[in-house]
Amino acid sequence: MATAELEARVRDDGGSVAIELIGDIDGRAEAALDAAYAQVADAGEVLLDFSRVEYINSTGIALIVGVLAQARKNGQSLSAAGLSNHYREIFEITRLADFMTIVEDREGTA
Amino acid sequence: MATITQTWRRVRRKELSAAAAEVGVEAGAETPTVEPPTFEIAPNDPLLAYLQSAGGAVEVDRLELDSPAVTALRAAGVSLVVPLVSQGELIGTLNLGPRLSDQQYSTDDKKLLDNLAAQAAPALQVAELVRKQAAEAASRERIEQELRVATLIQQNFLPRELPDLPGWQVDAYYKPAREVGGDFYDFFELDTGEVAVVIGDVTDKGVPAAMVMAAARSVLRASGSRIVSPGDVLRRVNDLLVPDIPDRMFVTCLYAVVDPATGRIRFANAGHNLPIARTAGGTVELRATGMPLGLLPDMEYEEVEAVLAPGESLLLYSDGITEAHGDGREMFGTDRLAEHVTGAGADLIDGVLTSLERFTGGGWEQEDDITIVTLRRTGVAAGPVPAPPIQASFSVPSRPGNEREAMARVADAVAPLSLPPEQLERLRTAVSEAAMNAIEHGNLGREELPIEIEVVAADGVLTVRISDLGRGEPAGEAEVPDLEAKLNGLQKSRGWGLFLIEQMVDELRVHDEPGRHTVELVLHLEGEDDGNG
Repeated sequence: MATAELEARVRDDGGSVAIELIGDIDGRAEAALDAAYAQVADAGEVLLDFSRVEYINSTGIALIVGVLAQARKNGQSLSAAGLSNHYREIFEITRLADFMTIVEDREGTA
Repeated sequence: MATITQTWRRVRRKELSAAAAEVGVEAGAETPTVEPPTFEIAPNDPLLAYLQSAGGAVEVDRLELDSPAVTALRAAGVSLVVPLVSQGELIGTLNLGPRLSDQQYSTDDKKLLDNLAAQAAPALQVAELVRKQAAEAASRERIEQELRVATLIQQNFLPRELPDLPGWQVDAYYKPAREVGGDFYDFFELDTGEVAVVIGDVTDKGVPAAMVMAAARSVLRASGSRIVSPGDVLRRVNDLLVPDIPDRMFVTCLYAVVDPATGRIRFANAGHNLPIARTAGGTVELRATGMPLGLLPDMEYEEVEAVLAPGESLLLYSDGITEAHGDGREMFGTDRLAEHVTGAGADLIDGVLTSLERFTGGGWEQEDDITIVTLRRTGVAAGPVPAPPIQASFSVPSRPGNEREAMARVADAVAPLSLPPEQLERLRTAVSEAAMNAIEHGNLGREELPIEIEVVAADGVLTVRISDLGRGEPAGEAEVPDLEAKLNGLQKSRGWGLFLIEQMVDELRVHDEPGRHTVELVLHLEGEDDGNG
């Protein structure tokens, strides 16, 4: 089973910044996620791009909760893009979707 | 030498005429006309201990014991008692009256008698042992012979073949306990095209129970072929059995008539274990009331009707299953049986027996007959095509990250079901989370401890069981995580696992037994559109 440790790239195109997530969001993703967030802690709006994420487990959910908590503390608004239907459902079940804007999912229907 | 012989003869004759002898000592060839009396020495009589350690002949007149036996010996005119001791055990006495010459017994006389006793005692002991063993063997042989006859009767009356019902899978299992009980089952076709299915249990064991079973079966067949209503059949059978059945014996019996074409089952029950139906909506006991057969005349039997849809099953069984005891002397019970019927795969009998075996543990000696009859309606006349049965099991070492492997292998195993993509994703997440809990908490991440995974799909239900060795703290209930509390730092950010699993599957069950913690994930396959549980 091929698993991919998360790579988190920061993309800054002027007004909004995005963290492009590539790989799996599980326990091993913590360092990459924290490092990426540290780079965008001052931005007003942050987009998390999940287009290239295949797997998120409950530990990964906890990490995203951690990022969301920091963003709220810093007065940032957080949004998520590129979620598959399944993970969008999980964001709804966990109520993450109530605290961040779900921009568009992978199937292209917002 | 001659004198000694002479002395012995006289002693002996005197003894006979004094009519004093002891158990186990044959009277001999002196053509006695009276049977010498037998002395019983009570177990607490001090004479017993005295004789045991006397070491030779004892003169009764010199005994100063407060002993009823001594009194009795004196009254019978016994003057000398020679203990017969073999291997330290007092096995009898040789009792002699006074010498004919009215003289005291001489030292030589006593020595002679002691020598005789020393040889007679072991011989008597051996003879007694042989006699006892022969008696025991005869009684054992009688019992075994009776059991053979009972087994023969019983097995001769069990059906040799299962009925071939189009659109139905019929299975039966029968295993007698070591001492034959009175379980029986039967199938026979009716003129209506329906099939009668019977399961019963005669109280008591052995030949009488087997005879009653044979009689019950015959009258059930005779009545069943003439009478349409199951309630009326049992009423008629009861009235026939009551006058003839031995006291304190009765028969419990479930009588069902199955219409193979429509799935309709009409049944009546004479005090037997209630049948269990496994339907799309869950597992239910089908209840019908009535007294056991053969107890009281003029009984009424409630008649109940049920319909099995394709994919649904009915399980008939005897109390040998539900009254089987586990290690803790707890009984298997109906609830546990129903639960295992729900979780069992396509082969219900195998599933039930496996769980029973797990419950009773190894080395269990079967307490009573075990009988199971299952009817599964396979017909696909209406409704969706049932998914092909799947059965797979494998284990994964408890290495962090191996939940991914567990997830992939379960996904492979269920591939033939062609689950809708959303449902497959939910299953993958649930398996991954459950496997992660098993690896990290149940097995404490110790690689040498495997987690075991079993995948069973049958009758529209997919069940995935994930077991660990239960080394960690029990996980407890899946509490609903409060995201706001987490965001405000009032709850730790983790703690989503069980909650997620519960949301991903239709049913989540947790079983705990010593050394084994199992999480059972259940998905309903047909008409499935409520995957959010």
